[in-house]
Amino acid sequence: MHPYPFTYHRPTSIDDALTMLGEFGDSGKLLAGGHSLLPVMKLRLAQPEHLIDISGLAGLSGVRLDGDVVGIGALTTHHQLATDAILETSAGLLPEIARVVGDQQVRNRGTFGGALAHADPAADYPAGVLALNAEIVARGPNGERTIPIDDFFVDFLTSALEPDEILTSIRIPALAANTGYRYEKLQNPASGYAIVGVAAVVTLTADGKISAARVGVTGAGDMAYRPQAVENALVGSTPNEDSVKAAAESAVDGIELLSDIHAPADYRARVTKNLVRRAVLKAVERAGV
Amino acid sequence: MTETVSITTTINGESRTAEVEPRTLLVHLLRDTFGMTGTHIGCETGQCGACTVQMNGGAVKSCMVLAAQADGHQIATIEGVAPKGTLHPMQQAFWEEHGLQCGYCTPGVIMSSLALLVENPDPSEAEIRHALEGNICRCTGYHNIVIAVREAAVRMARGDEATSIR
Repeated sequence: MHPYPFTYHRPTSIDDALTMLGEFGDSGKLLAGGHSLLPVMKLRLAQPEHLIDISGLAGLSGVRLDGDVVGIGALTTHHQLATDAILETSAGLLPEIARVVGDQQVRNRGTFGGALAHADPAADYPAGVLALNAEIVARGPNGERTIPIDDFFVDFLTSALEPDEILTSIRIPALAANTGYRYEKLQNPASGYAIVGVAAVVTLTADGKISAARVGVTGAGDMAYRPQAVENALVGSTPNEDSVKAAAESAVDGIELLSDIHAPADYRARVTKNLVRRAVLKAVERAGV
Repeated sequence: MTETVSITTTINGESRTAEVEPRTLLVHLLRDTFGMTGTHIGCETGQCGACTVQMNGGAVKSCMVLAAQADGHQIATIEGVAPKGTLHPMQQAFWEEHGLQCGYCTPGVIMSSLALLVENPDPSEAEIRHALEGNICRCTGYHNIVIAVREAAVRMARGDEATSIR
C-alpha cells in the first residue's frame, strides 16, 4: 500500500526546514515519526507533494530540566517519555500517559511533538498537556513564539500552529509539592485510542483542601478541553468520594459530544463523568497529604 | 516527482545501499529490493505488527517507516536472529511451546519479543502481553506465545546458544 508519489527532502537545520515550508506552502508537510502522517497518506486521505523529513534534526529531542520548567524536544518519542527519569520525578503524568499510547512499535517511532501537532481528538496527550498547563514553543519565519496550551487545540485535527511554523518543544512547569496526578482511559480495544481519556492534576494544602486542580478530557468532543466547572467546584473543597462525584457531574457541560460507532454521545457523557471522578480521586490520593 | 533517494543502511550487521522511490516503505525495501521475505506484510496500515523489525534496537512496524528514513540506521530482521540452519533460543522456545500455528505473525512477534527481553530480561506475563499489544495473532489466542517468551527469557538468561535445526 503506497502513498501517492512525493518528493522527499531532508533539511539540515530548523531554518532550512522553515525555508522549505515557506517555499512549498500548502503542498509541503513535515515528517517526523510518521505515525500520524504516513497512515493518512497510505489511505490516500492526504497527498502532500513535498515531505520535509525533520526526524534527523539535532537538538529537537530529549528532556531537560531548566529551573522548575521541564523542556521536552518535539522529536522525543513516546518510549523516551515513558522511561525518562526527569519526567518521572517532575511531571510523572506524562510517562503515565506515554506508556498507554499505541503499542511498543508505535512508542518507538511516534513523537510527542508530532502527536500534539496532529491534534487528534482521541489521542492521549492532549488531556495530559492541558492538565499540566504546558506551553507549546513554535518557530516560524518571524522567530519563536510560545502558545499557552489553553489556546493550542482549536478544532477537530486542528491546532493553533500556522502552516509555516514548526513545533520545536513543549514546556511543562514541574509539579509543585503535595501534587498528585492520574490518567484514566477507556480504550478502544481494537485501535488503542481513547474513547474517553481524562488527566487530572491536583494540589492539596497542608490541611487537605484542594488549592489547585486542572483536568483535561480527550476523546469526548471534537477536541480536547478542560471542564472548568469541575475544576472550580474542586478548588477550595476538602475532597471526598461524594464531593468529587458531585464536581464531576459538570464534566461535559457545554460540550458537543462525539457520537459514533464506538460510543453514542450519552454513553460518552457517562464515561467522561466517571473517569473524571476516578482520575481526581486518584490524584488526591497521590498528592499524599 | 520521479527522482529517487539513495539509502545506505545496515541490515543484520551488513551495510546495504539502494536507490528507491521516496514513497517506498521500509518493508518493501527489505522484501522487494533486498529479497528478504522473512518480514511479512499483513495489514499495511500499522495495526497488525506482522512487519515488525528492529530499528536501532527498538521494535518498529516496517510498513510505517519510509525506506528513506532508514538511511544511516541499523535494521535487524528475522533473518539475522540466528545463523542459517540454526534457531535462536527465542525461536526454539516458540517451536517447543507451540507459540505459533500458521506462523504468519511469528517473525514480527519474535522481533518484538527480542526487543522486550533486551529492555526487560525477566518480564512478567502482564509485561509480555503489554509489549506484544502491537502484534496481532489470529491463531493462538496468545496463550502459548506468552509461555514461549517466558521460556525464552529463562533460556537466554542462562546463556543458551542457537541450536541446529537438524
